[in-house]
Amino acid sequence: MDNISVLIVDDSSVMRKIVERSLRQAGIEVGQVYEAGNGLEALAVLNEQKVNLVLCDINMPGMDGLEFVKQLPGVENAKGVPVVMITTEGSEGHVVQALSAGARGYIRKPFTADQVKEHIVPVLAGNL
Amino acid sequence: MSISKTDTDAANRREYWAPLLELSAQEVFALMLGDKLELAPEPTVLDSLDVTSMVGLAGSLCGLLSVRCSSQCAALMATKMLGADAEGAKGQMEDAVGEVCNMVAGNFKNKISGISESCKLSVPTVITGSNYSLCTLADDYTMEISLLFHGNPVVISLQLN
Repeated sequence: MDNISVLIVDDSSVMRKIVERSLRQAGIEVGQVYEAGNGLEALAVLNEQKVNLVLCDINMPGMDGLEFVKQLPGVENAKGVPVVMITTEGSEGHVVQALSAGARGYIRKPFTADQVKEHIVPVLAGNL
Repeated sequence: MSISKTDTDAANRREYWAPLLELSAQEVFALMLGDKLELAPEPTVLDSLDVTSMVGLAGSLCGLLSVRCSSQCAALMATKMLGADAEGAKGQMEDAVGEVCNMVAGNFKNKISGISESCKLSVPTVITGSNYSLCTLADDYTMEISLLFHGNPVVISLQLN
């Protein structure tokens, strides 16, 4: 998929930049990038914009990543849009919770560009 | 890198946590900053460190993990994380150190079997300035490691109830 539009949700602006850079380093052609600092801001973005991929942290103030993912079925622009969690919360329980809530992938911080590629490319290809 | 099943029992004993904490920090710096973190030859004097980032732990591990460094070191971390020049990273040092602390805490708890599931992390808090002392009620167990990032001291502390 060429020039995908991405929504990156993380309360750290530095981490949002790292995630964007990692996507590019992974060879994923990134077009428009939207950023949000928590789940509420991300929902506001999705009410206005359609994206191809959402990358989302879990621990955030306001609305956390798991709650955000649970809210997505009610957002028209989010229908069919894959969500991949990128988080320090690496327990199996968190992975299960995220996948049960509707996330399509899970990347633990710290991560490499190769791990980003390994998890995101199949999701974008519709194989996960 | 994660510990093997056969090492699980050992890793769960607190005397083995210092090397795990050090490894957790080194992995974060290697993967997210593309740089090395070395063990300091001697303990660092904390007075010279004017940036402190903290992440609270609640649940099966209850306490605080902190990362302390100088503002110069924090700015260098931001520069490395953003892949930007010093000017471009200006104003991002608190965010960068906060995220480093968050990742070290998460990486550390993920290395201890049975802890990750039941230990929650807070979002990071960062204090800057030199005229303060850090005091936590979690004082049953304290571990501190002194490291160097490009020659700049970085002190990581874990204080638990």
